Amino acid sequence: MGNLIKIAFRNLSRQRRRTLLTVAIICVGVVAVLLFSAFSGAFKNMMIGQITDSMLGHLQIHKNGYVSSLDNLPLNKVISTKQMVKIGKILKDIPQVEAYSKRILMGGMLSNYMETTNIKVAGINPDDEAVVTPLLTSRIKNGKMLEKGTILLPELVTKGMGLKTGQDIVLVVNNADGSVNGQNLKISGIIESVVGPTGKYGYIHIDDAKTILRMTEPQYSEIAVRLKSIGSLEKVFVTISNKISDLKNKENKPVFEAHTWEKLSPFYNIAQMIDLMALFINVLLIAIVLISILNVMIMAVYERVKEIGTLAAIGTLPGKIRTMFLLEGLFLGFFGSLVGSIIGVIVIIAVKFGHFTIAFGRNENILLDPSIPFKQMLFITAIATFAAVIASLQPAIKASRMDPIESLRH
Amino acid sequence: METVVDLKHVSKTYKVGEVDVPALKDITVDIKKGTFVSFIGPSGSGKTTLLNLIGALDTPSGGFLTITGSDPAKLKNKERAKFRGENIGFIFQDFNLISVLTVYENIEYPLLMVKETPSNKRKEIVESLLKKVDMFDHKDKYPSQLSGGQKQRIAVARALTTSPRIVLADEPTANLDHDTAYMVIDLMKKMRDESGVTFIFSTHDTKIVGEVDVIHTLEDGAIQKSEEVTHG
Ligand SMILES: Nc1ncnc2c1ncn2[C@@H]1O[C@H](COP(=O)(O)OP(=O)(O)OP(=O)(O)O)[C@@H](O)[C@H]1O
Ligand SMILES: [Mg+2]
Repeated sequence: MGNLIKIAFRNLSRQRRRTLLTVAIICVGVVAVLLFSAFSGAFKNMMIGQITDSMLGHLQIHKNGYVSSLDNLPLNKVISTKQMVKIGKILKDIPQVEAYSKRILMGGMLSNYMETTNIKVAGINPDDEAVVTPLLTSRIKNGKMLEKGTILLPELVTKGMGLKTGQDIVLVVNNADGSVNGQNLKISGIIESVVGPTGKYGYIHIDDAKTILRMTEPQYSEIAVRLKSIGSLEKVFVTISNKISDLKNKENKPVFEAHTWEKLSPFYNIAQMIDLMALFINVLLIAIVLISILNVMIMAVYERVKEIGTLAAIGTLPGKIRTMFLLEGLFLGFFGSLVGSIIGVIVIIAVKFGHFTIAFGRNENILLDPSIPFKQMLFITAIATFAAVIASLQPAIKASRMDPIESLRH
Repeated sequence: METVVDLKHVSKTYKVGEVDVPALKDITVDIKKGTFVSFIGPSGSGKTTLLNLIGALDTPSGGFLTITGSDPAKLKNKERAKFRGENIGFIFQDFNLISVLTVYENIEYPLLMVKETPSNKRKEIVESLLKKVDMFDHKDKYPSQLSGGQKQRIAVARALTTSPRIVLADEPTANLDHDTAYMVIDLMKKMRDESGVTFIFSTHDTKIVGEVDVIHTLEDGAIQKSEEVTHG
């Protein structure tokens, strides 16, 4: 084997320029894959982080049917105080749950006594909400966090109506029984809008929400849950779904439903598309490796017909001739992807420590944090090397099956 | 004396499209162990075809052929390769050294790849052969750095590394000038004398027969005459 490796190496160095070119092609392919994976991964994670941390939370619990009629924010599909106690207990018992926030959602009219506009408002407990959606506070551009008697308004609304922090507005909403109620509130701050369905909500204190909706005891529209780590999302989602499905109504049907952020945000599709693109780039890499190696190995076999004949004539077994060519392909693939991995990692590290930022949605200066798991790097190297061996297979087998007499006459 | 190559009524016919080309017709020859044999004949007389049969590279169309007691026609491709590696050394007209290996490595190659030999033994064999063909000083050169005669000397050494029973050389001097050709034939003779290996070579040049023991003259695929040369 050692001798076969030596011969394979020598043969590669015999065609130095061609070898370097092939290694370079594979190298470029691997760099492209690594960078794409790292940056698309970074972008995806950032995007998910933005969505979950600024409004959605990691998962949410609603009364059955609420999500499908989310546009209406129905006040009759709500979680009662008694039910909330049960759900609260379930959530407290799950160690991966970091916190949860109860919300009362409503649609209403916002007026500055001159102009009126539609608005959707979430009644929240500011302390709970700050833990569940930690980016909410950072979205406040002008002013401060919510207190009782105040309202946080999205930038899109304030701009359109020329509203400023500190100004008074009146919020008018329909109650569950159909009657209308209004309340004066002071604008405590203006928040940046976020791309997504709930990105243009206003926020009021949950106590004000109870008052304005004339609730005798609080009824909640949704519970947003934050996990200690988003990595455990699937597992915790299953646990929560199972546990809340034990809470049944008189007809013995489950009353609550849970959804992960993926089901609640259209960005999940974009995240999936990014994954699909990463897969596509991987396929492209494999194709590049296959084609370039196949090309080089066919040439190598063709150039060395006579030498192959000599080796076969003096008694080299076909298997060894095959191995010799396979090793050549393997080395091309391996060194190409090794150098590619090294370059890729250097670029990723440079970007990481260069603190490059990008703009996403309304948020500018989001730090890009590309990273590539070592396992994935190994995987890409292995895939490229494997593809190289596969591509060498046909030429190598062809070489090993050559008739020595024919080859010697070449 | 023991017979190492035995051909009885051997024929070989190539099929070119629909046409049969008879390359060898009814060849009956036996070659004794340790002799220095040459096949002489003009181009197209069947020398290469015959040596390919003796070298177990090819199988006859008719007749019987045994090489060191075995019938290569009964062997599968892979077994024939093994048989060649164990029993036959080859010297080629174009030298056919492995260009990426040094002189030393070329001679060592069969010991590594064909007949696996421990490294100390390898060194011993290769160095002694290098000395015998007088190429020790060139052992680290690559084939491209050698003259034709030097290449063929290395090829002679390579053919002998695995201690084969027979060494076959198809027109080993065709690409060499007259003096160098004589030198190579002399070297083969000397190696035969030292090792007792049967040497068989072919040539179309009647002048380059050298001190062979037996001369078979081929014409149109048949043996015209066979003469034993008695050296005075
Ligand atoms: N593979 C083949 N297919 C068809 N015909 C062949 C083949 N090999 C040899 N022949 C024919 O067989 C005959 C003998 O050829 P061979 O090569 O054995 O002659 P040779 O004595 O070695 O000639 P040379 O001195 O030119 O090498 C020739 O007529 C040749 O054309
Ligand atoms: Mg010939």
